[in-house]
Amino acid sequence: MKAAVIVFPGTNRERDIADALTLAVGAPPLRVWHGDADMPKVDLIVVPGGFAYGDYLRSGAMAAHSPIMREVVARAKQGVAVLGVCNGFQILTEAGLLPGVLMRNAALKFICRDVHLAVESSQTIFTNRYDAGQVIQVPVAHFDGNYFADDDTVARLEGEGRVAFRYCTPDGAVSSEGNPNGSIRNIAGIYNETKTILGMMPHPENAIRAAQGGEDGKGLFEGLTAALA
Amino acid sequence: MADTAPEITPELIAEHGLTDEEYARLLDIMGRPPTITELGIFSVMWSEHCSYKSSKRWLKTLPTEAPWVIQGPGENAGVIDIGGGQAAIFKIESHNHPSYIEPYQGAATGVGGILRDVFTMGARPIANMNALRFGSPDNTRTRHLVAGVVGGIGGYGNCIGVPTVGGETEFHPAYDGNILVNAMTVGLAPTDRIFYSAAAGIGNPVVYVGSKTGRDGIHGATMASAEFGEDSEEKRPTVQVGDPFTEKLLLEACLELMATDAIVAIQDMGAAGLTSSSVEMSSKGGVGIELDLDRVPRRETGMSAYEIMLSESQERMLMVLKPGREDEARRIFEKWELDFAVIGSITDTGRLTVRREGGIEADIPVDPLVAAAPEYDRPWVATPKRPAIDPAALEPVPDTRTALATLMACPQLASRRWIWEQYDHLVGGQTIQRPGGDAAVVAIDDILGDGGRALAITTDCTPRYCVADPVEGGKQAVAEAWRNLTAVGAKPLAVTNNLNFGNPERPEIMGQLAGCVQGMGEACRALDFPVVSGNVSLYNETNGSAILPTPVIGGVGLIEDWRTSPRTALTRAGDTLILIGETTGWLGASLYLREIAGREEGAAPPIDLAAERRNGDLLRALIGDGLVSACHDLSDGGLLVAAAEMALAGTVGVTLQAPPGDLAPHAWYFGEDQARYLIATDRPEQLLDRANSAGVPAMVFGKTVAGRALTLSGGDPISLTQLSEAHEGWLPAYMTQRDKG
Repeated sequence: MKAAVIVFPGTNRERDIADALTLAVGAPPLRVWHGDADMPKVDLIVVPGGFAYGDYLRSGAMAAHSPIMREVVARAKQGVAVLGVCNGFQILTEAGLLPGVLMRNAALKFICRDVHLAVESSQTIFTNRYDAGQVIQVPVAHFDGNYFADDDTVARLEGEGRVAFRYCTPDGAVSSEGNPNGSIRNIAGIYNETKTILGMMPHPENAIRAAQGGEDGKGLFEGLTAALA
Repeated sequence: MADTAPEITPELIAEHGLTDEEYARLLDIMGRPPTITELGIFSVMWSEHCSYKSSKRWLKTLPTEAPWVIQGPGENAGVIDIGGGQAAIFKIESHNHPSYIEPYQGAATGVGGILRDVFTMGARPIANMNALRFGSPDNTRTRHLVAGVVGGIGGYGNCIGVPTVGGETEFHPAYDGNILVNAMTVGLAPTDRIFYSAAAGIGNPVVYVGSKTGRDGIHGATMASAEFGEDSEEKRPTVQVGDPFTEKLLLEACLELMATDAIVAIQDMGAAGLTSSSVEMSSKGGVGIELDLDRVPRRETGMSAYEIMLSESQERMLMVLKPGREDEARRIFEKWELDFAVIGSITDTGRLTVRREGGIEADIPVDPLVAAAPEYDRPWVATPKRPAIDPAALEPVPDTRTALATLMACPQLASRRWIWEQYDHLVGGQTIQRPGGDAAVVAIDDILGDGGRALAITTDCTPRYCVADPVEGGKQAVAEAWRNLTAVGAKPLAVTNNLNFGNPERPEIMGQLAGCVQGMGEACRALDFPVVSGNVSLYNETNGSAILPTPVIGGVGLIEDWRTSPRTALTRAGDTLILIGETTGWLGASLYLREIAGREEGAAPPIDLAAERRNGDLLRALIGDGLVSACHDLSDGGLLVAAAEMALAGTVGVTLQAPPGDLAPHAWYFGEDQARYLIATDRPEQLLDRANSAGVPAMVFGKTVAGRALTLSGGDPISLTQLSEAHEGWLPAYMTQRDKG
């Protein structure tokens, strides 16, 4: 699998994502600078976490209109797999690749801690190493992770099996207790119609080694590597 | 000189914080009355904040050398060799005064400033830490200050992408009018690519990079060198505004340029901005420097030379480049969309010459400006000794269970989770031990590789000991940092210190400073733990009421293999709990005495540095040999609090043995004797043998058991779930309360 990591000037988890991809693939991914005109042919594009252009306007709003994102949107429409994590998820929604918005956390505070996620389906290129209903533990680190979409959109996402992960308690209960940021229906990550694009707030790339406190995030990168090899 | 220059009146001189004697010295150096710009430059360079004029005499007594020290105090940050061709570069710095006036921006720019100090030297920052002190929770301003400071620290660090991995927070009424915000950054650089600030090379270009200069923060250094009065609110315009995104660009651009060999010298523009950076760079290099302020990128129009020289706009750097390398450097900074301007050159005149709109606005001999900076041997009186507290004479106030429950939920000991969950402590993927343990542990070998090297980092100070006995308190701050690093299996290497005190013109405050520095020096020498960088913050008082003496220590140690580094959490039933170190039941200046008996008195616990070293060295060896499954140093609240904290952090329960017959229960459980650790092991006999051979006191204190209860000998089990709710609940509940009235 050949992967490209998009790097904006304020991206700050590109090394974390590169580590996770390196571990899964055995070779480091390409890094594509936001100002670069073109991107080589790749199987996976990752938009990592950070504060792309400072995010003083609205998280991801400026990045969504950058030249490199026009290229990402074009590739995504051709069916190239795209993963957006945290700020990357915000950028994908702002760029119109995924529906809904990420609002300020319900508690109005930045939150960094481990959360539990229920994996909805194992039948995607992203989640094939997990079981449906499996609970995984990975960290979140965000201020604007409160997913919201209108009722019709949420109904469509749920009806089409496009919810990738939901926040839950350690024993898998999808309840307000397990919801760190107020996301509607505990949604932590969603797919596009064809399930070739995944946007998620939690950071699987920070849970790839036991020394980090857990390695439940590794499966996502291994799954992608298997599916896109 | 400019036509519109104001007259230099005695009032203007006084407003600039110069004494009559200092002004006379200025006249002597200049041989003529200064321009307003020159007055401003002298004022900030001779401020307490920049000149250390009250503390220098004492700072000189601290040990600063060891075979592994590459750079001690005097540079932007300290540098130590950690092997493998790598250096750790670190420093702690205060942003106390601005954070009280405008907590979010004050704390944010404090983080920004200390990050710049570290990456100026060529290091990529890998961890931020902090040490915070707030007023009483009952003070109506405290909640606002906590929210703002925590938000500001998080806002800056989270955006730039440096994990904030730990720190300490305390509340005490002595900080009602002056909070303390001390921020520390640790970075890594190759030992052969460290950058210094001494300018060199006559004719070399002087380059300004980063943000544009505005009128923000003018005279911040002077503000930080005076007490607060009723008018502190009016000082809001002296606080700078931080832009972490620009700092991220500056960080990446500087590191990119540092990968070339174009830089001769580099220094960040922190306190006193362009003034201190240009003066310090030329002074250290023994050269002159000429600046053309018309070329300084500015974001406001009509700025005078005075304003440009004294602005404390953030996210700026001054560099001396090798000749002919300007274009190469410019391309890098333009790629990162930062300003880049050649604003002057290095000269052989030994003078700082400042031009603006065709005129010379300042022309000062650099050497006398720096060398003749005032240095005071201020009068001081030693803090009177307090009597020791006899535990037997203390009424054993409530029962042990109630006392434990009260302590675990008191502001001093309640969980800080509400704070550190607002800090991204994971970005970078190298965080091995998160906030909440004895020390933070950040991997320096790649997390994907087979290597296991990591840095352990801690910040420590116990101000209630320092006010009781500055010498013992100074020792204790060092010893506790050393102990916290030891408790995670690290070899302690060096410290950075942040000396926070009241008004040094008061002999009793100078006595606190002198005592604390003396104690620190003794401990640093005894523990081979030199001071490599630091910062002094004085005048932390309001209307004559000073903070507790707070000499914060930031300690750094090296772990050879993070896989063997123990945590505080008890996670395995059947282990034996062993207490290392001697217990006499010292209750003077203890948390128990303050929180349970309501008395802030008594002598601070004495520090036996030989025992400290012996006990810690044994523990580190035991950890290295894999005998320790969990470990916690004993500090606030003593033995029982440590046991409860270990159980709360873990997944099992503990059953504890009865106190030895000769000690009252409250002295045994809550005494704060030093040089102690509580450890868990599955090989108690072997461990006790090792302690015995090393001459280290060690005794079995209890065992870990399945379930979630803490059981005292002969008592009913205490539910850890309930204890956890109280311990975790205090701070979130406090922060969501509405102010009364």
